[in-house]
Amino acid sequence: MPEAMASPTIKHWLVSKLLMGQSWRSYLKSLLTPFNIIAGIILAVGLPLTFIRFTQGIGAVSNLSNANPWGFWIGVDVLSGVALAAGGFTTGTAFYLFGLKKYQPVVRPAVLTGFLGYFFVVVGLCFDLGRPWRLPYPMLVSYGVTSVMFLVGWHVALYLTVQFIEFSPAIFEWLGLRKVRNWVVKLTIGATVFGAILSTLHQSALGALFLIAPTKLHPLWYSPFLPIFFFISAIAGGMTMVIFESMLSHRIFSRQVSPAQHLQLQEITLGLGKGASAVLFTYFCLKWIGVAHSYSWEWLNTPLGHWFLLEVFGFVLAPCLFLFWASRRNSVGLVRLGAIWAILGVILNRVNVSMIAFNWNQTDRYVPRWSEIAITITIITVGILTFRFMVNRMPVLYHHPAFLGDKNH
Amino acid sequence: MGNINRRTFLKFSVIAATLGAAPSAKSQENFSGWPERYGMLTDTTLCIGLNCRKCEEACKKVNNLSRKNLNLSDNSVFEHKRRTDPENYTVVNRFPNPNKPETPYYVKKQCMHCDEPACASACLVKAFKKTPEGPVIYNKDVCIGCRYCMVACPFGIPSYDYFDAYTPQVRKCTMCYDRIQQGKIPACAEICPQEAITFGKRKDLIALARERIRSHPERYHPHIFGEEEAGGTSWLYLTGLDSVQLGFPNALAKTAYPELTRGFLSAVPLVLTIWPVLLVGLYKFSQSRQVKESPESTQNSVEESHAGSNGKPDN
Repeated sequence: MPEAMASPTIKHWLVSKLLMGQSWRSYLKSLLTPFNIIAGIILAVGLPLTFIRFTQGIGAVSNLSNANPWGFWIGVDVLSGVALAAGGFTTGTAFYLFGLKKYQPVVRPAVLTGFLGYFFVVVGLCFDLGRPWRLPYPMLVSYGVTSVMFLVGWHVALYLTVQFIEFSPAIFEWLGLRKVRNWVVKLTIGATVFGAILSTLHQSALGALFLIAPTKLHPLWYSPFLPIFFFISAIAGGMTMVIFESMLSHRIFSRQVSPAQHLQLQEITLGLGKGASAVLFTYFCLKWIGVAHSYSWEWLNTPLGHWFLLEVFGFVLAPCLFLFWASRRNSVGLVRLGAIWAILGVILNRVNVSMIAFNWNQTDRYVPRWSEIAITITIITVGILTFRFMVNRMPVLYHHPAFLGDKNH
Repeated sequence: MGNINRRTFLKFSVIAATLGAAPSAKSQENFSGWPERYGMLTDTTLCIGLNCRKCEEACKKVNNLSRKNLNLSDNSVFEHKRRTDPENYTVVNRFPNPNKPETPYYVKKQCMHCDEPACASACLVKAFKKTPEGPVIYNKDVCIGCRYCMVACPFGIPSYDYFDAYTPQVRKCTMCYDRIQQGKIPACAEICPQEAITFGKRKDLIALARERIRSHPERYHPHIFGEEEAGGTSWLYLTGLDSVQLGFPNALAKTAYPELTRGFLSAVPLVLTIWPVLLVGLYKFSQSRQVKESPESTQNSVEESHAGSNGKPDN
């Protein structure tokens, strides 16, 4: 054991910061929970698959092919992941820039969700990229400035940094580094402005990626407005994800939140529900302007046309109206239900654009292999474990008592 | 094609490449392609397909591709449509001829070597390059393997080494760029016993194709596929049927593929310049409003709500 070698201060630091003041034995014992056992089983499947992926190639674990170069990892891990991680930028902008002070309690958890969301998007991308160790190449080696992907690459890298800066005060509070904390806090407004710009551009750029495939993407989904569709739906996805994530956090970490905060969260949930409803309505209208602009009405009465109608009515307009109705009724529970509905709608859209409506006219269609889905579930699990690790240790859901008097931006 | 011609051309291309920055930057606007570029003309009415596929064999030979699954006398390969893959940079497919069922058409498929390639405009590390000589070539040393080029290519040509964990590459026809530089012609054009594939300056090939259509209107569909499709390609096709009946992509626009994302990319600087001002303006506005409302109570209320919470950590 390292205890014998480590100086008492380091040992004390480790115990208080990492084990939350418990002994090794009681800490390990506290880990034996049903959730952790499930997580352990997931990792027991996912880690060997990861090994196979990085020793035998992408083809050994996936159904990706020459005809279908992008699949589940791009559609779910990357496209849906980035859209749903937009909560950090939407709440940050609402609170710091628009001055909507009531959202203050959800800003830090949302920024953490956003940061970890993007981080694990990049982890997921590393499974999909042929040579992931060349990830910095577009920044350092060769610049393909005519590529929308170049913009995505740069922006995700920059935005990851910005979100780290936005979240870092929590880390410095945890470590008790007041000077650094108070210095980095001064960057908050700048980081929020920069983050909003980067988010606008890369959220829309993910939609713009498909502008180059007019013959491959079904006419009901292909539109010159794809960048705007992706941007607006990401705002709705981000807001509803904050509703969903804060609901889970307040349940799982209930010991960290006071009754007053619970009440506050209800107000916030209702406000976010109303906002998300408005954004979804805008998105719904835009989708139809897209159909009108491309004049693709004739496609509506085809099998994929019905699928499009299901997406737009069943997973955009329906959650929109449901959220509106639920927030008017002041029903927090129903707003949360509507948020989950809207989140599924955003994922459905990304899956449609990247998989179901893509190569729709080809004979060689893509269906994900179980191992692709298992790897995605593994990445999400590791993401949740990391989130829990940080929330258990850092002042995310509550204010650090020693920093109450310090400025927050 | 005489040697002198080629040498003069190569000299020209070197000069053009050195001074190249200007014309290639202009390519964003009205660049109609490198004037002396080479091309290939496949006359699908001449290809015999059955028991031949010599072009596939020659291609494998010059590109050092595995010949394990190659059996030229096995005609069952024509029973389904094949696509290009890491072992086959070119494949010949069979299509029924509704006018003369006993003589189906055979169509050789490979990279079209677009004048303004979708793959090159899509690549975030500039791994693809349209050479002044015509071929679109790939640089494996910068490729990160995102496969956006494969999403972008309207002809479905680039393929990937999905079973190579450490050095996977995008694979496609190079139009024998190395051989062209050595003064040779592409292997498939050299081997073709039917002379169905002609190598030459693209503008000469277009003239040749027009001449064939004019002198044999009964033989040819009156259209040179590739002359304008996707902004024009170096590889051209003469066909006896409409190209869609021969497996070419449907509804292919004449606009060059880089055009499709140009609008979005030109909006980027606007967002970069307008949003900071707008957002900081909003920030200042929201601040001034709060100060006017109640200079201190806002600040206090935020803090009170948290001071009030006995949010203690579990540790």
